[in-house]
Amino acid sequence: MTAKKYQFGLDTFGDIGFKDDGTAMDGGETLRQVVKEAKMADDLGIDLIALGEHHRPEFAISSPEVVLGAMAAVTKRIKLGTAVTVLSSDDPVRVFERFSTLHGLSQGREEIMLGRGSFTESFPLYGYDLQNYDELFVEKIAMWQKLLEGKPMNWSGKFTQKLTDTTVYPQLPKSETIATSLAVGGSPESIIRAVYYDIPVVIAIIGGEPIRFRPYVDLYHKAAKQLKKPEHPLGMHAHGIILDDEQEAVEVGFKYIKAEMDRIGIDRGWAPMTRDRFEFEIDKGAYYVGTPEQVAQKIAKNMKALDMQRFDLVYGTGGQLLHQREDTIRNYATKVIPRVKELLGGE
Amino acid sequence: MSELTIGILGAGKLGSTLARIGENVGLPIRIASRHSVDDLKWVIDTLAPGAVTTTPADLIAQSDVIILAIPLSHYTDLDPEAFAGKIVLDATNYWKEVDGTHNAISDFNHSSSEVVQAHLNKSYVAKAFNHMGYHDLEIEVERHPDVPRAMAYATDHDEIRPTVEHVLRAFGFDPFGLGPLRFGLLLEPGSPLFGEAIPRPDFAAKLATIYDSPFGQHVIAARGGKIE
Repeated sequence: MTAKKYQFGLDTFGDIGFKDDGTAMDGGETLRQVVKEAKMADDLGIDLIALGEHHRPEFAISSPEVVLGAMAAVTKRIKLGTAVTVLSSDDPVRVFERFSTLHGLSQGREEIMLGRGSFTESFPLYGYDLQNYDELFVEKIAMWQKLLEGKPMNWSGKFTQKLTDTTVYPQLPKSETIATSLAVGGSPESIIRAVYYDIPVVIAIIGGEPIRFRPYVDLYHKAAKQLKKPEHPLGMHAHGIILDDEQEAVEVGFKYIKAEMDRIGIDRGWAPMTRDRFEFEIDKGAYYVGTPEQVAQKIAKNMKALDMQRFDLVYGTGGQLLHQREDTIRNYATKVIPRVKELLGGE
Repeated sequence: MSELTIGILGAGKLGSTLARIGENVGLPIRIASRHSVDDLKWVIDTLAPGAVTTTPADLIAQSDVIILAIPLSHYTDLDPEAFAGKIVLDATNYWKEVDGTHNAISDFNHSSSEVVQAHLNKSYVAKAFNHMGYHDLEIEVERHPDVPRAMAYATDHDEIRPTVEHVLRAFGFDPFGLGPLRFGLLLEPGSPLFGEAIPRPDFAAKLATIYDSPFGQHVIAARGGKIE
């Protein structure tokens, strides 16, 4: 039996960072820092960096593909992805154009992760009614898949433009495509939909014991059988801070991850996170906060328990000091990823 | 009351979670959604093994207590006649993502469960299971096995309080009566109580200071005073 292939990525929403003296960076400084971090990740051999779009004060990235374009110019090997592209509030044709552009610039290193968007700022911002949240997603995913076929488009939809024998440029080279995955949370329907569309799934596991998601993993496998569709390797996405000093990692986490969850919670109706819950998330739950060995053990344990072949670590949550962000990336690349592969017996 | 049959209408995040909890604690659970029984059954067999998958009509007819775990805006699809005489636990919330950007259903003078009760005018509606995140229904309960989390409810029908409390307790919660249904406003999104999965004394303390919060101030401004 050949060794299983694993993929390790870094995800960020471009959280506004802080310089080591504690002063906040501005949006531009944060964006340039993220590009620098991508270069660092590339040099250190991390498989992928993926950017999420947000339209709020805490985050600098609202246009991920522009940032990925800058990354393409300074990196050689790392895959350049989104996590996620809120397709429902975007125009699939323009998304295709941006990603096929990125395909050319990066020589095929681009990846797109589609999501319904758990943040909904983009809907009113771009003039879409949240009333159509679900329908928009379903229709636009279908349009996206049609665009990927690379043939002149004939399309008519309810929320999208009518196209007649239309070719969208730049076209992808023959037999090449834009690697596409689908982000899901706790909705059974989203998992089944991903299977139906034959798109690999990445599950966001950002709270509670990851093992709780086992029924959703089972549902994925069962849905593949039920719908007679292929099974793809599964991925997960989670927050983490990896520092040599465990206590420092915990305190950085409490300062920044908790603060970010609470800020978002105000909009989303969550109660503020207690210290007790935060520590639970580190001990048994969804946060990968601690020393490289602690984090590696936890990642390996959860990837194994959930049959995961892709792990995306969200770094820099809540901003953090520059050296904390960079130490996390360095530790992830040089200590955690090799150790997880060793623990899982794969490559 | 061991004969009580519980039906969950809606099999999304909340419905499937409640079905799993119910089965784990040994309650007989029926569940139905807008999907056909065939399409729903294998999903429920995976997510909430043991729960019986059925049609909405059968579920409504066969259940003593029906938990609404559907998008709030779908309440108008519910037939008041079919629900006549039933105890209905309304777990819905106004949610922009599913109910639309502008809330045309409820406001500070017409809380969402009062709107549902006005529609299901032959049923006994209680607001319950709405203020805790669906993840926390399991996470916070299981990690505090010795200190049950307060689950608030509100209803205009005193006669159903024992049954509602029995159901909440059976699901693993500490029932916290808020009073008549209009008090359910205090459990809606935006309220400091929304999202809370905390023990009774902490919940009571938060409730006691609710009018000091921005949400409480909005309630007073909109209603011309506290909820009486």
